[in-house]
Amino acid sequence: MKEAKGVVLKNLTKKFLTQDGKEVVAVDNINLEVNPGEFITLLGPSGCGKTTTLRMIAGFETPSSGEILIGNQIVDNLTPDKRDTALVFQNYALFPHMDVYNNVAYGLKIQKKSKSEVSERVNKILDLMKMEDMIYRVPSQMSGGQQQRVSLARALVMEPGVLLFDEPLSNLDAKLRLHMRYEIRKIQQKVGITSIYVTHDQEEAMSLSDKVVVMNKGIIEQIGTPQEIYQKPINEFVANFIGAANILDAEIIEYNEGIVKINIYDKEYTVNVDKVYEARQKVRILVRPEGITIDKDDFDALVTKSVYMGDNQEYEVDFNGKIVQINNHNPFGKKTYKENEILKFGFDERSIHIF
Amino acid sequence: MKKNKITFKARWHHFKQKLTKTTRDPIMMMTILFVITALSLFIIYPLYKILRESFMLQGNFTLTHYEKAFTLPSNLEILRNTIVLGFTVAIISTIIGFIFAYSNAYLKLPNKKIFNAIAILPIVSPPFVIALSTILLFGRKGLITNGLLGWTNTNVYGFKGLVFVQVLTFFPIAFLLLVGLLQKIDPSVEEAARDLGASRWNVFKTITLPLMVPGLANAFLLVFIQTVADFGNPMVIGGNYTTLAVQVYLQGIGNYDIGGGTVLAVILLMISISLFMIQKYFVGKKSYITVTGKVSRARELITDKHIIRPIYYFNLFITFLVGLVYALVPLGSFVKLWGIDYSLSLSHYKYVFDVGLEPIKDTTMLALISTPITGILAMIIAFLVVRREFIGKNFIEFTSMLSIAIPGTVIGLGYVITYNQKPLVLTGTGIILVIAFIMRTMPVGIRSGIASLQQIDPSIEEAAHDLGASSAKVFTSVTLPMIRPAFFSGLVTGFVRSMTLVSTVIFLVSAKYNMLTVAILSQVDVGRIGVASAYSTILILIVTVAIWIMKMLLSRLGASQGDFEI
Repeated sequence: MKEAKGVVLKNLTKKFLTQDGKEVVAVDNINLEVNPGEFITLLGPSGCGKTTTLRMIAGFETPSSGEILIGNQIVDNLTPDKRDTALVFQNYALFPHMDVYNNVAYGLKIQKKSKSEVSERVNKILDLMKMEDMIYRVPSQMSGGQQQRVSLARALVMEPGVLLFDEPLSNLDAKLRLHMRYEIRKIQQKVGITSIYVTHDQEEAMSLSDKVVVMNKGIIEQIGTPQEIYQKPINEFVANFIGAANILDAEIIEYNEGIVKINIYDKEYTVNVDKVYEARQKVRILVRPEGITIDKDDFDALVTKSVYMGDNQEYEVDFNGKIVQINNHNPFGKKTYKENEILKFGFDERSIHIF
Repeated sequence: MKKNKITFKARWHHFKQKLTKTTRDPIMMMTILFVITALSLFIIYPLYKILRESFMLQGNFTLTHYEKAFTLPSNLEILRNTIVLGFTVAIISTIIGFIFAYSNAYLKLPNKKIFNAIAILPIVSPPFVIALSTILLFGRKGLITNGLLGWTNTNVYGFKGLVFVQVLTFFPIAFLLLVGLLQKIDPSVEEAARDLGASRWNVFKTITLPLMVPGLANAFLLVFIQTVADFGNPMVIGGNYTTLAVQVYLQGIGNYDIGGGTVLAVILLMISISLFMIQKYFVGKKSYITVTGKVSRARELITDKHIIRPIYYFNLFITFLVGLVYALVPLGSFVKLWGIDYSLSLSHYKYVFDVGLEPIKDTTMLALISTPITGILAMIIAFLVVRREFIGKNFIEFTSMLSIAIPGTVIGLGYVITYNQKPLVLTGTGIILVIAFIMRTMPVGIRSGIASLQQIDPSIEEAAHDLGASSAKVFTSVTLPMIRPAFFSGLVTGFVRSMTLVSTVIFLVSAKYNMLTVAILSQVDVGRIGVASAYSTILILIVTVAIWIMKMLLSRLGASQGDFEI
């Protein structure tokens, strides 16, 4: 394998003109550094600019301003064929008139590699993908999952400096998606290739990535490890976009070297923090549904919804006019509450995040 | 492994089921019977009569006609002419059609709308307008050959003139087919190739072109079929270069040699049908493009100057040619004597209004009668073929599609020998002309009806049926409104094609009913190009006004712009 390359985006902006002449800023002055061998995900709702960013890195869109570096080289003036990237497409984009072998061999043939090298590399990658017995199939004879594997093989065989994924699993069914997610991560770690992965699925992002980049309306909201963006989201958008979130008002009682005492609806909690707060400061806090313990005497609330999910009992309770979601893990053998019953609960101190 | 064989019993059961389904609904059964009868009487039976006649001499079976036909050197030359012409025109048309289609789907060009309009114009225009103006341009007294270059002995009549005219006439067929296919290619497939290191040229060579091979073959064959069946252009500008379609007429009607004519008709029919079969069942089935299905995102149009510029000038040149050709006919109609006296004059129109107004009236009237019948019938057939299971469905589907491939001269000759005797004497009447219009223009309507019905979920009609609508009510209240675009465009094309039909009607005109196109042909024949131009101008005018009126009516009726496409 060739050396993995880093990617740097500097003040990258992309503006589009709509049909009626309006200017739309799809990507708004973003900065990002991807280390060699790292797997990062661009995560965000549709229209957040993640795909545009990816297509700018691949060379299919020209930035309005800013620059892109791949392996310390500015690539702004290079067409897609001249860039050391390989893209795995959402709809696989296999060549319908070629069989698996020729699909995978395509890029190497363009590079005019010798016949023996082409066949050696293609066969090696097809072995790695466990597709060696499919080389004569054409795309129309394959399932979506198989086509996606060929698409991945076709990109991997190029040994690109950077591997790009454009929502590659969104056309697969749920089970296959889980399986392919695991395969992609395994192969990426095995070959140690730099990967940039676009998705709107937060589970996918968290389970695959070293780092997640949360995007919204053309800007980067937060860059962090999966734990950071889930446990310590930088703002309410990130908190709401990643997983279920209970966001409540609270007031700081006192701050003392990384520890605050905080008043949440007249109950006092002690929370570890990274930032500095002042006494009497009004704040917003995040508590995930699984960070709430039931049958604790802190609060009581009316159950408005109670759903049994097997591994979890999910509640929604009316808490001072606000809906609070609660997950009680492993309800097997525990007391469960029905709608219109009163449920007692309290927050788990380690699970409170203060914005 | 043993193959799964359908037992006789199972088949019988299936047949019985279909039978009860068919007979359960009397309105539908009547409709089916009517359609089958019409198709049998006016497509299958005339063809059978031609085949029969070609083996008959004074009531006895004979091979004399075939012997004569195949030993006559002039006939072999005609056969060769037809094939060579078809081949040449199909290749050039496919190339031009592809360039136009490619620039439409892939390039960022100025004036794209004009190029598109020009590329479609020859389809809606009378068939020999181009031939006529080519004579005005390049003939002995032609504006360019004689007027501009001063040549005195140019001969536009023959192979070269015919190729020029037919290419301009038929490249739109290739264009329309290819542009549809190019737009269906998923851009991400080409992006993938680009991403893997292929240059633009490499992408074109290794992806786009290979994907288009079936489409190109399809376009080639379709143009080939049209060229072989074309009657008007070779008649006007073919000169000594005679083709089969023309010879069928000359032999059968000109020389009163029905036997010889039918043999040629059989040969022509065989060529057309085999080309059609290859196209439909071999090439037509082989398409990569449907594999990828939905296009994922809009294509990034190519803006590179060195690609765009040559193609732009090429398109401009063809557009200029087509424009010139269409401008020339009206011009020619207002000029006293083309090539000699270019002073303005209304003498040709005076001649038309004094001597020959009848063909204009007759053609328009008969076309107006046949158009709504064609429109409704086409939609009914499309509906039956797509939505219903019944006995005889295959027959209806096959016959109505086959009729696209039958050259007009063959049907014309068939009508003449079938309907000039009892029990059904129709030659000389307006009825046979209306029938000819219907049978010749219906297949296009059927095709677009089938295409749009296939895109509509049958459960919508089932819902109406379930809510108590009879099958006739379902058709008129649900189906027809849903396939309105296909119906309307079927109406317009039906009218336009009826007005401009030559090949079939030339066999059927009579003292009582003469047709506009036939009148134009006979004016060209006697060298009155000015009068022919005047007739053609009037024809173009009628067609344009008809299209315009229908457009107005439709927008009044609430059909959106998109519903209206020719």
